[in-house]
Amino acid sequence: MKSDTSPKTIQSCNDFVIKFANVNGSGSASANELFARAVMRMGVPIAPRNIFPSNIQGMPTWYELRVSAAGWLGRRGGCDLMVALNPQTWDRDIAEIAPGGYLLYDSTKTLPRSRFRSDVVVLGLPFTELCNNEYTDPRQRLLFKNIMYVGALTALLNMEFAVVEKLIAEQYRGKDKLIGANVNALKLGYDAAQEVLPCPIGLQVERANGVGDKIFINGNNACGLGAVYGGATVAAWYPITPSTPVIEAFTGYCRKYRTDPDNGKARYAVVQAEDELASIGMVIGASWNGARAFTATSGPGISLMQEFFGLAYFAEVPVVVFNVQRGGPSTGMPTRTQQSDLISCAYASHGDTKHVMLFPENPYECFTLGAQAFDLAERLQTPVFILLDLDIGMNDSLCQPFDWDDQRRYDRGKVMSAAELEAGKNFGRYLDVDGDGIPWRTIPGTHPTKGAFFSRGTTRNAYAKYSEAGTDYVYNMERLRRKFETAKKLLPAPVVQRAAQPTRHGAIYYGSTSPAMAEAFAQLAAQDIHVDLMRVRAFPFTDVITDFIDAHDVVFVVEQNESGQLRMLLQTEGDIDPKKLLRVLHYDGTPITASFISGRIAAALDAHKVTPIRKVAS
Amino acid sequence: MTYFAKPKLLRPDTPKNALGYTRRDYEGAISSLCAGCGHDSISAAVVQACFDLDVEPHRVAKLSGIGCSSKTPDYFLGNSHGFNTTHGRMPSVLTGAALANRDLIYLGVSGDGDSASIGIGQFAHAMRRGVNMTYIVENNGVYGLTKGQFSATADKGSKNKRGVVNTDSPIDLVALALQLGATYVARSFSGDKEQLIPLIKGALRHRGPAFIDVISPCVTFNNHAGSTKSYDYVREHNDAVNRLDFILPRDQIEASYAPGELRRVVQHDGSILLLRKVKTDYDPADRVGAMNHLQERHALGEIVTGLLFVDSTSESMHRHLNTVEKPLNQLGDAYLCPGNSALEALNASLR
Repeated sequence: MKSDTSPKTIQSCNDFVIKFANVNGSGSASANELFARAVMRMGVPIAPRNIFPSNIQGMPTWYELRVSAAGWLGRRGGCDLMVALNPQTWDRDIAEIAPGGYLLYDSTKTLPRSRFRSDVVVLGLPFTELCNNEYTDPRQRLLFKNIMYVGALTALLNMEFAVVEKLIAEQYRGKDKLIGANVNALKLGYDAAQEVLPCPIGLQVERANGVGDKIFINGNNACGLGAVYGGATVAAWYPITPSTPVIEAFTGYCRKYRTDPDNGKARYAVVQAEDELASIGMVIGASWNGARAFTATSGPGISLMQEFFGLAYFAEVPVVVFNVQRGGPSTGMPTRTQQSDLISCAYASHGDTKHVMLFPENPYECFTLGAQAFDLAERLQTPVFILLDLDIGMNDSLCQPFDWDDQRRYDRGKVMSAAELEAGKNFGRYLDVDGDGIPWRTIPGTHPTKGAFFSRGTTRNAYAKYSEAGTDYVYNMERLRRKFETAKKLLPAPVVQRAAQPTRHGAIYYGSTSPAMAEAFAQLAAQDIHVDLMRVRAFPFTDVITDFIDAHDVVFVVEQNESGQLRMLLQTEGDIDPKKLLRVLHYDGTPITASFISGRIAAALDAHKVTPIRKVAS
Repeated sequence: MTYFAKPKLLRPDTPKNALGYTRRDYEGAISSLCAGCGHDSISAAVVQACFDLDVEPHRVAKLSGIGCSSKTPDYFLGNSHGFNTTHGRMPSVLTGAALANRDLIYLGVSGDGDSASIGIGQFAHAMRRGVNMTYIVENNGVYGLTKGQFSATADKGSKNKRGVVNTDSPIDLVALALQLGATYVARSFSGDKEQLIPLIKGALRHRGPAFIDVISPCVTFNNHAGSTKSYDYVREHNDAVNRLDFILPRDQIEASYAPGELRRVVQHDGSILLLRKVKTDYDPADRVGAMNHLQERHALGEIVTGLLFVDSTSESMHRHLNTVEKPLNQLGDAYLCPGNSALEALNASLR
């Protein structure tokens, strides 16, 4: 088919969105990733997102790759080039292409003109036919079709063939036969495109220097690595999307870094439990017994673990939970992203409870906060939740490289030793000897006759003896409150970004909203709308957060849930007038975009008839 | 209810074990259970077993769920760490504890409600996972703390205190433990300490999941005519397959028994289980045979007791996980943290 080259086609170098429409289970994921990495290797920042079903084979799946010279890593939305390889979703895929955009498709089977759009550039290559001519094995015919379209894209976007070739060689290092076969398929696609299609098209990738020393990894892997560096030795878990890869990563990194070189034995234990109740129970048991332990789960798992969270809170057992949030409620949208578990984690379990939460913004923080969570949990003797989400967890993202201070030692918190017990140090398991609300604990097996205590979820006195006396109960609850005041001093501080000029408008956000917010900040500034930003990184909130809100007339709370859960917490915990906190909520399961945020903020400021560009006297 | 400490006054001639501890050193707080409760006899048996085995008190971790039975760990081994967890979830918490430190002795205490109803899943998985533990169910067929509802181990046709007949089929935890892979399975009666104490000793020294179902009558809610968990009923229907003598490796005393009546099982640590056969054809190494025998006798209304099954070549969870010998909770930073150089290499692979 002859391509249509209307003059209004999109022309853009290093700044566009390409979307791959595939069938899951067809082996397309690794080809798509190969393509993304090739762009990255040319020094151009990328931000890919997998849009996949809760299914293994046969359902539609998309890989959306944002190429952004400016380094914006949030989802942009829209599609400039569609690689349409799934007949099932053809119509909606075609409809999604921006006017003047491009369509690359498999032209083996002729389609009627009515199935195309006149305002997009249609690029057809007979991938299936090319494969069938080249390969006899049905599996090869399927898999090499994927590499072939990567080859075609390399030509269409004017990319360096050698870069892709090198990536293949790295991927199959030591398997020369596979390297040859893959490069051959790549070349077939490349040559076919050069021959038949108008290469290059208006979208091009040009070598740049925008990636630097950044690494490309997903949040789930980074969490697993953080748990290794945080000193976790016990992981108990139950499979659930999208958190399963956290445990797989932990296991993989442990195999690599924690296998005893002398005897091949494991310096870690990973147990797949029978359900989430058992997994959190094992974590509590292991932590109670002095090991650093964690679990990884998602919304339904959090619901199932509620009773145990109360036990860990009240008996004061360190616990680390990675919650990779997905769309709720109930089974909800298991393969879509949301930030909708804040409330169910903040006050998990019956009675008066409160829990520490950390909100990493990207894989780097999944690693750092993931490791820090173990120190916090042991220092505070309480559950610590790391709340990431599917967007951070399952999508590779560019972030700063990991680092570790080799001088750093784990903070095991207040653990009384046998020597201290022997020396006659007063031990009361729930006694506030230091005034910070954090009591001392002993680890089972410490001393033959001193320091043993009976942990329980029931009320007790300061010496862990059963008591239903109101005074004992109140002493304990007030101490727990003091403990959470202490927690505030230990938690990561919020990150503030001031607008270019003084402003009465602020915005608070957290977690995976971060890259979209950074871009929205720039978009708003370009419209002369100035908003100070605060990225909250932990709960309970410190005064820095309430001071920030106090210093502004209105504060937008940007979240990826339907009810404004952070806003609820700010209202409740910070005693903040709800009228000051304006909701910016995105919750359809796709990652929030900068244009959504900037659009909502600009519209809201307009609706409030607030002059957005007024300067405040300094 | 408040907590009462037990007075620590001792007579000068109080016997001491090899470690110099008296039995009192293995006791706990004063029991708050009803006078005559079978559970208190089991607590006393645990105290005696640990005293006899010269167990250092702090080498035991005792865990329980919720219910009358699960309160008992407060009433024995006061120098051991204990954890009264949530209802039906003792097995998972104990499993976690065992993962953290493979060197302690883990004693899980539960009840029939705790293990056969709300916690049947965790009970089952702890057995099949091979957790190195002694799991005692203090089985009285009723919910005591909530005043006498039937539990899942109550026999079909048995009557509650008000005369209501139980219509649901019972769950036999011993049968389940056998099927699920427990490597030491016993049933006993709280009123028979000669049988119970050696069974607990053998279990504490067993490697792998050791399960003991102890019929323990509830004097308040389930000790009437028509109950199959009353003192009278259990005494009348106690159908022991063998009697156990537990012998530590250091006391190799061969008792004199008639030939053919004795079976000797050596456990992994050298401790010896001497089984005096009551049923001459009963083979405690035969898992399937044990299951059949149990079903046959149960159909006749008999309560089979004794050491029903033991696998002297048993393994535990840590072997399956291939963990290091040193307890995981004692590995220092240097053994756990790969350091910055490993990260540099990793970073390079992620570009």
